Amino acid sequence: MSVTTITTLGTYRNDSPYPFCPGCGHKSILDHLNEALVELQVDPMKTVIVTDIGCAGLSDQYFATSAFHGLHGRSITYATGIKLAQPDLTVIVVMGDGGTGIGGTHLLNAARRNIGVTVLVFNNFNYGMTGGQHSATTPEGAVTTTTPGGNPERPLDICGSVGVNGAGFVWRGTSFDGDLTQRICEAITSNSFALLDIWELCTAYFVKSNQFTRRALESTLETLGFQTGVLYRDGRQEYSRALRETARGPDSVPVGPTPIEQKWSASLERPFMIELAGSAGGRVRSAARIGALAAIQSGLYAAQRDDYPVTVKTGHSLAKLLLADRPIDYAGSDRPDVLVVLTADGLAKVRSRAVGLSGDSIILTVPEFADIESGAEVQVVDPSSLSDRFPKADLGLLALAVVVRRTGVFPIDALRAAAAEGPFGESNAAAVEAGIQLASL
Amino acid sequence: MRELTDGSTAIVRGAVDAGCDFFAGYPITPASQILTAMSREMPRVGGVAIQGEDEISSIGMCIGATMAGARAMTATSGPGISLYSENIGMAIIGEVPLVIIDVQRLGPSTGGATTAAQGDVQFVRWGTGGGYPIIALAPSSVPECYTLTMKAFDLAERFRCPVFVLTDKELNLTATTVDINAYERIPVRPRARIAPGESAGTPYAYHPPDAVGPIATYGDEAPVRFTGSTHDERAFITKDPQTVGALNEHLVAKIENHQDEIDMVVADIDPGASTALLSYGITAGSMREAVRIARAGGRPVSALTIQSLWPVPERAILALLQNHGRVVVGELNHGQYRREVERLAAKGTEVVGVHRNDGTLITPQDFLEVLS
Ligand SMILES: Cc1ncc(C[n+]2csc(CCOP(=O)(O)OP(=O)(O)O)c2C)c(N)n1
Ligand code: SF4
Ligand SMILES: [Mg+2]
Repeated sequence: MSVTTITTLGTYRNDSPYPFCPGCGHKSILDHLNEALVELQVDPMKTVIVTDIGCAGLSDQYFATSAFHGLHGRSITYATGIKLAQPDLTVIVVMGDGGTGIGGTHLLNAARRNIGVTVLVFNNFNYGMTGGQHSATTPEGAVTTTTPGGNPERPLDICGSVGVNGAGFVWRGTSFDGDLTQRICEAITSNSFALLDIWELCTAYFVKSNQFTRRALESTLETLGFQTGVLYRDGRQEYSRALRETARGPDSVPVGPTPIEQKWSASLERPFMIELAGSAGGRVRSAARIGALAAIQSGLYAAQRDDYPVTVKTGHSLAKLLLADRPIDYAGSDRPDVLVVLTADGLAKVRSRAVGLSGDSIILTVPEFADIESGAEVQVVDPSSLSDRFPKADLGLLALAVVVRRTGVFPIDALRAAAAEGPFGESNAAAVEAGIQLASL
Repeated sequence: MRELTDGSTAIVRGAVDAGCDFFAGYPITPASQILTAMSREMPRVGGVAIQGEDEISSIGMCIGATMAGARAMTATSGPGISLYSENIGMAIIGEVPLVIIDVQRLGPSTGGATTAAQGDVQFVRWGTGGGYPIIALAPSSVPECYTLTMKAFDLAERFRCPVFVLTDKELNLTATTVDINAYERIPVRPRARIAPGESAGTPYAYHPPDAVGPIATYGDEAPVRFTGSTHDERAFITKDPQTVGALNEHLVAKIENHQDEIDMVVADIDPGASTALLSYGITAGSMREAVRIARAGGRPVSALTIQSLWPVPERAILALLQNHGRVVVGELNHGQYRREVERLAAKGTEVVGVHRNDGTLITPQDFLEVLS
């Protein structure tokens, strides 16, 4: 015979008395939270109370559940991380109106995502802990220690902000509302981003400086035209589960090593650098990448450094291809052995360096830039002399083929083979053949 | 066999092989490639990757996820480290194992997004209030990006603290050729978790002061507390001077008393050399090239590559200072690590800096000029 004992928890509070000032609304909200936890009989091991900063931020220390006491305004970020790592946990955030203001972006984005955490905003219209300064929710005209002449700022509509941005459950009311326990239960069981904007009294500051009362709470709500009760419900899928279902893209190729087989051989006495200077859209970088693969297939070591504006589809595009017969420790050199000038954008970027090149270097370019000023030997090739016409985008690879053919830095067959691989294989191979032809003209 | 790859890719592989299963980050050049690769990789290994609404939320999510059992990593550049600052302190006091990749770019401020720099060396060390220690590693090659990322995960578990991996734009984004067996896969210790029913109520117990206790994880068989405030061993807030003093001494001692488990350098010593070069990260590559050229020309020279920047591997640096009359420190900043070397140097030892702050790399020639 097996006996199952069901223990019901009568309280989720521990033995410590609350630290709040007499009459502070925080106490009564926490009592409602405790009642809600008792009613739901959540597993204390599977429940995390995440607190913000301020007097409200002290709250976790009076509960027997798990707890996370974080930084000012950031409680929602920790709660999100916890929920993403363990979607089965019940995560409850306790934050003040101060935390809500400084962490506003987290509030909006958590609502937008519909991450399954319950946020209880202990909204007492000021910063209790730091001495009664105004917050993002202080009503217009209210006197605080930083608005001695009355607050000129409009208070934030927390519920409206998260509600229109996708929160799953949104309620506004006061700490005096009889249904608060029920609403906390509803929020927790909604398993969505649930927010309760709970208006309450800070007896130490806001009550004192504004003769504020329970009645005043209600009349302020009315004056502002802020609705109360359950304001939004949304049945969208909860985020920690939605993310796990959608995250995997169709092309999940592992980033593991992709070995390149050596099929040819080449040797170099010293590092050799080819720099391609062209324009965005000219496939300059992909030409250099093909060159690098071909060099590696020839037993060399290659490094490729690119330079292009952050607006990638316009302006110059430079690719430096450094080749060596041992691992490359330094790829930062600015002095190419062969500088290929393809376009005016490219020329503008390398003009001053071209001037400084000596006779050991070669500049390869098209007739348009034949008068380039440089100490290097200038070689001009004219693609228009070929029988076929080539699109501009193929010019980089075509020029690279000329360089490889003329310098013999690695076998031209390696470039042929690398060009034929992958996307654009056919047109790349044709560009290499054209380059070979041009090299001997 | 060889491959064509870059530091970003090696870091991502290192993270995956170290068992990383949570990544949160915010796009920033030159670290975005890590975010995008982790967004592909994490779902493949059953983990989670998320783009936060900013850097503050990204590191916050990492810390929350870690306390819920994840092995987390985030990646950014200097501007993002600024936004991480307060949470770095929280990870220190809350003793959260966390790997932070800083792909440095030229500062200050937005500076040069696509230009290399090593300007965050002192920043990561002192980047949060209080001045408590962190660990920082600096790979100087693509294979080291892989291994030191794994090492960062291992040290994060060992010391329960944030561990930085400092790289830069050139190391992360330059594609280079690597011998596949150059990647050294190292063991990464599993998380030391509090056994069910065992002292879960005291997640911050440490006896003796430099001991690092096991971690209590949400969802385990006892409630778990965490706090960013000064706390007792049960994670309740306290101001009791004795408890607070002991906690803060513990945060220092657990790292400083165990430096031998962290120190990592590569010493290439020529007993006949009177000058030694010292560098780290991408600049150590230029240094190696300079050493090769110098020796080929018959000039004796020693070199020390610092792989563990923080805590400073003082023993290795002192040995270098004792055996060479002149130490040349090369770095892409105004001499941030040179300060550490100078602080250790005895009178009579010359410490010389080689610096660049224009977005270009220190060249082998820059080192050679100081040698002659
Ligand atoms: C980054 C940061 N800035 C400022 C503070 C100081 N601070 C402590 S509590 C607090 C305001 C708390 O107000 P609220 O969130 O409304 O909580 P209450 O005290 O009213 O419950 C502030 C600004 C802090 N802890 N962290
Ligand atoms: S200062 Fe205000 S918020 Fe803080 S405990 Fe006192 S009454 Fe409550
Ligand atoms: Mg408040």
